[in-house]
Amino acid sequence: MKPETLFDKIWDSHVVKTIEGGPDVLYIDQHFIHEVTSPQAFDGLRARGINVFRPSMTLATADHNIPTQDQDLPIRDKLSRKQVETLTRNCNEFGITCYGLNDPHNGIVHVIGPELGFTLPGMTIVCGDSHTSTHGAFGTVAFGIGTSEVEMVLATQCILQPKPRKMKIHVEGKLGKGVSAKDLILYIISQLSTSGATAYFVEYAGPAITALSMEGRMTVCNMSIEMGARGGLIAPDETTFEYLRQIPSLAQDPDFHTHLGKWAQLKTDPDAVFDREFTFDAGKIKPMITYGTNPGMGIAIDETIPALEDIGDETRTSFIKSLNYMGFTPGMKLAGQPVDYVFLGSCTNGRIEDLRTFAAFVKGRKKAPGVTALIVPGSKKVEKQAIDEGLAAVLEEAGFSLRQPGCSSCLAMNEDKIPPGKYAVSTSNRNFEGRQGPGARTLLASPLTAAAAAVTGKITDPGELM
Amino acid sequence: MSKEKFNILESTCIPLPLENIDTDQIIPARFLSLTSREGFGEYLFRDWRFDKSGNKIEGCVFNDPRYSGQVLVSGKNFGSGSSREHAVWAIAGYGFRAVVSSFFADIFRNNCLNNGILPVVVKEDYLQNLLKTIKNDPSVTVRIDLEKQLFTVLPDGESVSFEINKYKKECLLNGLDDIDYLLSIQDAIKAYELRKTLGK
Ligand code: SF4
Repeated sequence: MKPETLFDKIWDSHVVKTIEGGPDVLYIDQHFIHEVTSPQAFDGLRARGINVFRPSMTLATADHNIPTQDQDLPIRDKLSRKQVETLTRNCNEFGITCYGLNDPHNGIVHVIGPELGFTLPGMTIVCGDSHTSTHGAFGTVAFGIGTSEVEMVLATQCILQPKPRKMKIHVEGKLGKGVSAKDLILYIISQLSTSGATAYFVEYAGPAITALSMEGRMTVCNMSIEMGARGGLIAPDETTFEYLRQIPSLAQDPDFHTHLGKWAQLKTDPDAVFDREFTFDAGKIKPMITYGTNPGMGIAIDETIPALEDIGDETRTSFIKSLNYMGFTPGMKLAGQPVDYVFLGSCTNGRIEDLRTFAAFVKGRKKAPGVTALIVPGSKKVEKQAIDEGLAAVLEEAGFSLRQPGCSSCLAMNEDKIPPGKYAVSTSNRNFEGRQGPGARTLLASPLTAAAAAVTGKITDPGELM
Repeated sequence: MSKEKFNILESTCIPLPLENIDTDQIIPARFLSLTSREGFGEYLFRDWRFDKSGNKIEGCVFNDPRYSGQVLVSGKNFGSGSSREHAVWAIAGYGFRAVVSSFFADIFRNNCLNNGILPVVVKEDYLQNLLKTIKNDPSVTVRIDLEKQLFTVLPDGESVSFEINKYKKECLLNGLDDIDYLLSIQDAIKAYELRKTLGK
């Protein structure tokens, strides 16, 4: 048999039918929905007079719009409240499980899927959200879709999709001290650019990838979309299985062992061919930070912003516009620049490991005066764990406080907006103009770099304080 | 449910010579709370068109009376970032029927096609020339012929061809919808499910 990539194996086994000269009809094993990209899809079903085809294969959560304080009170913003209520109503009407606001399972869709055991190796997973790529950390084909496609999945459990090309990103070596999965992926995106992997599905491999925890792998896969990739995946291994064993609902399943056996087979064959391959050396990666308005505009924290001469002709207008927005100049050094806000959270870095890292760093230190910090767990479960493990107390002691879960300042649909012109070191995934609020200036970085900024009030290499 | 058909479009263009325009710019997140597909047009590029007080920002191409039309021409990697289909609803709501660029983000391109908006990919140097042509003469008209897959600057510019997959082309030409198609093959979907539970 022809050697195949893991991506091929999963994709091909889910093709119901191939349309000649067109896309594949791909069967979806797990569908996630949230309040922002689903209402119009449900309206579509009603307009057609049809039901949800397989309601048990869709799971809903409210995350984008919700406040991160006083969650027990009604949502103040009228439109947000309506959107969250619409989700609950739609789910009730169509028989879909919804972990809405205040449910103990509530949280950011890409945080709860894995932690509750909905995300399993070998699956096809979609959600009306581009960071669905996160789930690829478990060896799944997971990708974001638009609302019309959400409607397709609700109506038929299938989606029409051309098969993407395949890219392999091999990361050799070992990450240095204070360098995390976030730095690794920011580095890769800075090398490949925000469109470098468009039309591809990426497999991450190599010793630096397998050394990552599941949380770290999720951070890497999460940001695949930021280089344009359809998604990114990592072959499941003992780290994956150990994570899954800790999920009670899975471990109690009598078939769990049989599943493990099958999942262990999910790998790329030795001679399988990718359309493109890249190799990076983890040892060369330093703590990263972005200086511009797309995630590809990243540098090591001790480097300077590129000079104008180093930017190509077509890109120059965008580059200058971007630096103007950020209030930076070409060739400038970022380290030492004052910071107004710090955001720890999002589906990129709002997991328990991220909170542990942040708390361990600020322990025995104090929040810098003048810095406003938003520390937002990715889910109710992460919140509870942070309290139970004493992380919340450590944060309090250092002058921080833990908020309630949600997307929060990652896209600022709720009240957690960064004011115009202010600088925020953020552990989220996008530094687009206005992403964290109109006029907000976002610098993407790891939880450790965010912690260093939070205690010094400046852009600081965390390594200098460790 | 049938959509508006797309065949031949002749229109002036609005040029946007910037790269990597993400969907957060096309439609900022704070306007995503609407629960219908209508009404997004007025929020298209909201923060580029209007300042905080709601006044028109001068110098923004959308506020320049010389430029109008149903074709948006933009720099490389248009529509990156968030999967929000609201971006396409805003583009359609504003009155565009086609977007021309040298490169589109994947999800955005699918979203366009699912809403009857045609993404036209042209070569980078062609795009740069086109942007210049429109800048020099805002009244320049282009012709997009989907059937023949040809893009032409009228009256006598060279025609360049563009790619679109056969299935999607048929859908656009006939105003057909993917969901109708998927519903029509439900038996095949059920047969697949059965094969799967039986372990093939
Ligand atoms: S945390 Fe941010 S990126 Fe993740 S799902 Fe929420 S809004 Fe999207």
